[in-house]
Amino acid sequence: MIDRPKELDLDLADRQLINTIQLDFPLDSRPFRMLGDQIGISEGEVIERLKRLTDLGVIRRIGPILNTNKIGGSSTLVAMRVPEDEIEEVASRINDFGEVSHNYLRPGSYNLWFTISACEKERFHEILSEISGFGYPLLDLPVKHLFKIGVKFDV
Amino acid sequence: MEVRSVKMDNLDVLDPLDLELIKLTQDGIDLVPAPFATVAEKLGISEGDVIGRIDALIERGAVRRFGASIGHRTLGIVANAMCVWNVPEDRVEEVGAIMAGFNEVSHCYERPRHPDWEANLYTMIHARTREECERIAHEISRATRISDYRILFSVKEFKKTGVRI
Repeated sequence: MIDRPKELDLDLADRQLINTIQLDFPLDSRPFRMLGDQIGISEGEVIERLKRLTDLGVIRRIGPILNTNKIGGSSTLVAMRVPEDEIEEVASRINDFGEVSHNYLRPGSYNLWFTISACEKERFHEILSEISGFGYPLLDLPVKHLFKIGVKFDV
Repeated sequence: MEVRSVKMDNLDVLDPLDLELIKLTQDGIDLVPAPFATVAEKLGISEGDVIGRIDALIERGAVRRFGASIGHRTLGIVANAMCVWNVPEDRVEEVGAIMAGFNEVSHCYERPRHPDWEANLYTMIHARTREECERIAHEISRATRISDYRILFSVKEFKKTGVRI
């Protein structure tokens, strides 16, 4: 059960880079030079370190994190009640939708929890109604109020 | 109301160039000295325009942030708990703000109640161990005086990706 991660050898500069580029990636023509200036290393070294951190899986990607609700789409969290012996099959049918970004098994009466984010409202409703058609009881839990969406990990 | 909804619709539509820009960057920019110049070349616009468009997308909320997504499992942050809370309506604002103030809470939302589901506030807690998640949930409970809550650990991850278009 204990999934011990392989030992990571992150020095101070690695950690400074990781902490900075999650929220304050410079939108500049030479972003890596700017980052290097901030922590006192060269542009080339910043790039080499970021490549290594990407290879290690510490950094997934550097890019835009989208808010589908603001680009004409919709999103929600769905909790579904699925019998245990059908869970793998149902989870896989749900994963077939490219618009499903997260899907987890959790304990409790509603045990399958997944998010749907579609860039067009029509498509969103189509997916939700197809999934309702699976015939399992579900809770549609769209955000009413957002208090925090940070996802910044201090390392 | 009419005017407002028309305005909202206009704001909510991505122009084709913005759409292409997102498609070209959503899997990650290249780790090269001038990454936005590469994107600009593919789009046939200037590097300054690319940066200006990203700024504008952030400004209007279409892009929440432009930056790195972290593989937190690789960093040893392997416990992921969704904590659901039953908070009285008249305390939602106050309690949500307190919860959001915890460093270990990455997401905090209010979501609708259902007849057989009383929870209305949701927090995602990330930590190195389950025990640490439980301890943080307990601290949140003490800080907010909300004792009706449940921690739903993920038993299995079937899928985890970013939102793509």
